[in-house]
Amino acid sequence: MRFVFKTSYDADIKWFKHGAQLFWYMLLLAALVALPLIFVWTGNPYLLGEFTAVLIFSISCLGLMLLTGQTGLASLGHAAFMAMGCYANILLLQAGLPWLIAFPLSGLLAGFFGTMIAFPVLRLHGVYLALATLAMSIITGDVIDLTERWTGGVGGISVPDIDIFGFVINKYANPYAFYYLCLAVVLICVAAYRNLLRSPTGRSFAAIRDSEVSAQAMGVNLTRTKATSFFLSCTAAGLAGALFGHSATFVTNETFDIVMSITLFLSIVIGGLGFIHGAFLGAIISGLIPVLIANGRTILSTTMGVNINIPGLESALFAAIVIAFVLFEPMGLYGRWLKIRTYFELFPFYRKDMFRRQKSYLKTERVQ
Amino acid sequence: MDFIQLVISGLANGCVYGLIALGFVLIYKATEAVNFAQGDFMMIGAFVCLGFTNSDFLGLNFWLSIVLAMGVMAILGYLFDWGILRHMSGQSQTSIVILTIAVGFILRFLAGSIWSHEPVSLETPFAGEYVRAGGLVLGVDEILIIVVTILLTFGLYLFFSRTKLGVAMQAASQNQLAAYYMGIPVKRIQSLVWALSGVVAAVAGILFASKGAIDPASGLLGIKAFAAAAIGGFGSLPGALVGGLIIGLIEPLSARYAPDGFAGIARIAPYAILIIVLIFRPGGLFSQTQKKKV
Amino acid sequence: MSAPLLDIKNATQRFGGVVAVNDVTMHVNKGEVFALVGPNGAGKSTVFNLLSRFYTPAEGSITFDGTDLLKLNSDQIPSLGIARTFQNIELFEQATVLQNLLVGRHRHRKTNVLSDIFFTPSARKQERQHRHAVEEVIDFLDLQAYRDKMISGLPYGVRKVVELGRALATQPKLLLLDEPASGLSVEETQDMAFWIEDIQKQMGITVLMVEHDMGLVSAVSNRVMALAEGKELATGTPAEVQSHPAVIEAYLGTSGIQKGGTADKKKTSKGAAA
Repeated sequence: MRFVFKTSYDADIKWFKHGAQLFWYMLLLAALVALPLIFVWTGNPYLLGEFTAVLIFSISCLGLMLLTGQTGLASLGHAAFMAMGCYANILLLQAGLPWLIAFPLSGLLAGFFGTMIAFPVLRLHGVYLALATLAMSIITGDVIDLTERWTGGVGGISVPDIDIFGFVINKYANPYAFYYLCLAVVLICVAAYRNLLRSPTGRSFAAIRDSEVSAQAMGVNLTRTKATSFFLSCTAAGLAGALFGHSATFVTNETFDIVMSITLFLSIVIGGLGFIHGAFLGAIISGLIPVLIANGRTILSTTMGVNINIPGLESALFAAIVIAFVLFEPMGLYGRWLKIRTYFELFPFYRKDMFRRQKSYLKTERVQ
Repeated sequence: MDFIQLVISGLANGCVYGLIALGFVLIYKATEAVNFAQGDFMMIGAFVCLGFTNSDFLGLNFWLSIVLAMGVMAILGYLFDWGILRHMSGQSQTSIVILTIAVGFILRFLAGSIWSHEPVSLETPFAGEYVRAGGLVLGVDEILIIVVTILLTFGLYLFFSRTKLGVAMQAASQNQLAAYYMGIPVKRIQSLVWALSGVVAAVAGILFASKGAIDPASGLLGIKAFAAAAIGGFGSLPGALVGGLIIGLIEPLSARYAPDGFAGIARIAPYAILIIVLIFRPGGLFSQTQKKKV
Repeated sequence: MSAPLLDIKNATQRFGGVVAVNDVTMHVNKGEVFALVGPNGAGKSTVFNLLSRFYTPAEGSITFDGTDLLKLNSDQIPSLGIARTFQNIELFEQATVLQNLLVGRHRHRKTNVLSDIFFTPSARKQERQHRHAVEEVIDFLDLQAYRDKMISGLPYGVRKVVELGRALATQPKLLLLDEPASGLSVEETQDMAFWIEDIQKQMGITVLMVEHDMGLVSAVSNRVMALAEGKELATGTPAEVQSHPAVIEAYLGTSGIQKGGTADKKKTSKGAAA
């Protein structure tokens, strides 16, 4: 067990609680920066693409985590906001804006429109908000279809390359640069998230999550704060969507479908609601499963000659993992890690109910 | 004539949505759980019946298969609550939402693996038969759907108002603790509600499959049913039916009367209506929510 | 005499057919501890919820320090300097004690979302000030042992104190305490009595509280108002109200058994707080 001797208020404000923590995160960062070297060495950047995909997915997971894990508003429609960011980015690039302007702008536009659309439904809570966002996600494809003139609709639209002062980045031509670009965006998002957590805005989000009444009694304006959270969350989703577009290089009305929305939501649950780490762990799991299944399939067919091709296996496996987590580890992967860590830190004094959350029986919203 | 025919086929669709929504509201009222897998329950119900009666599978008598399918779904609903949900009592509504979404994925996978990934239609004795009345040509299936829905609704009404079990279910739904203190076995009652909702889902599925074809993805139809339930205001059984009918009617009518090039409107319409209702009447048309008391 | 800090005139609140607060007129002077007492369902908490603007009274007016409260929303009330606690504890369960208290500083916030995201030097400076203010509350209420603990794992008594701390962190002029001693042990109630006295005398904060424990009420309050069925029965010093015939009747009725029981309880709790 480590005791941090706090001598100033900054000890509580700092990003890293102590030197060891700083060390481990710097090591992780160094590993991430060095990762492409492996693929340069092997000469096969295919797997790097998977890592890049996980990075992009974790940006939208971060966005959704802010909304669901931090503010307690469940959104089952975040792919819709990714779509907004993606198409905004394409259209702005086509209009001739430089990428360095178009990209952040597309995030902001997704945030803006997302908030505009979500504003009326922010009064709703729980299931109703989930339903409203689910409905948004479902109609996204149809809206893209209806606005075919700009979006290409069913026929799809190809995504222009990234151009930063003449340096062109294309996922296929230049996978390493694209990886570093995504990593940079991820780092910026994480820094922003961490800053929010240690400031009044982040705390007002958590206040709304845990008790709306008492947040109000402390002077938190519910609608404005929820809208802020929605805006930030949609902005992150929009940025992720724009990068996703660059990574897919071609998008249609079916790219950002309902399954993507739901996968996003389930990912952060697996990762652990309310933790930044949870967003990443969730993104890793949901990115790994298809790779694992594909590899398993190849191994089976080459070694045993068995060809299994069961549609829906990926999502079923993913769903099974989700069920296991909801039943046995509601705090997600990161929660499990916290428990293990505490167990060893306190050994042998760990108690089983240390992380137990208070259960709420009959927290009903209905008239009795 | 054209209009009336549209309305009738819309009503028939609406009945299916309404029935799914009904199963959904039953569970919500009794247990506060929101079953996002209700559409998939419907789909499974249809496939179970299909598996009993279609000549490709067991080829049993159609009416016997219906009874069997209802039985299977009742058991499935009961087991789901008994085996999984009962261990989750006291956890937040969101975790149950997550759980049922995941269960939906698995049900879709199972249905695809066991029966078929492609659309299959249910072999019914009345397939393709028509009734001519005046200038109208009405499918027997459509009429049957409407009639069965009316009968089932009436049956449920009688069940809840007249039978001891029905009254106990109502009591358990209105105040679990009080019902528990009165000696009502709340846990078992909740499982029975799940069983009942499984039966309703089976009926909805059979009706749906008899009218067209069913495939594992049909479970996503449940989302329209949620829209129906939300329009009706989650806690209200008649509201669920009305919501279903509204959505059933909106679809064909908006497709028929939409301006050229905007036929896609019909696909958006149900959800647009849902969002509008949620904005202006957040609790649905038959609202039952209230502010938390401090 | 100067104008009262809080002035409620002819407030009436109905829920359907039930009149929860019936034509209540009261005022709270600056610097005093004012207690609302009365049997369950007398409308005490409803008065609090009127002040928090969770409800809008059907009739009447409420002014605080010259401001018409009825023109404001619930989330604007704290900025006037009114803070409250809740009868059934409404803390932020999945946050630490420190974070809970920091939310109490929300009304003093001067940064916006942008400066928070970039954590500008001004945001950092403000953060230090918030933490300084909160640490003082932690010292005052002896919460050091719990400052980094999650609320969800804390015992009931500590939660009560944290809620008081969160209200104090807002640096209010008027503190509304909804049953501060309910569910507390004898020692904890005693501590609460000391704190309320300190809050009044050292911090100069006016306190309006709802409380059943007559021992605590008579130990700390300057004036008491007894309510029953939404109506005022009597107002005055604790002793005056306790001996008022209407109050005795409302509390004790005519049943001898009930009388004995309540009197006993009153005696013990009085002894505890004294």
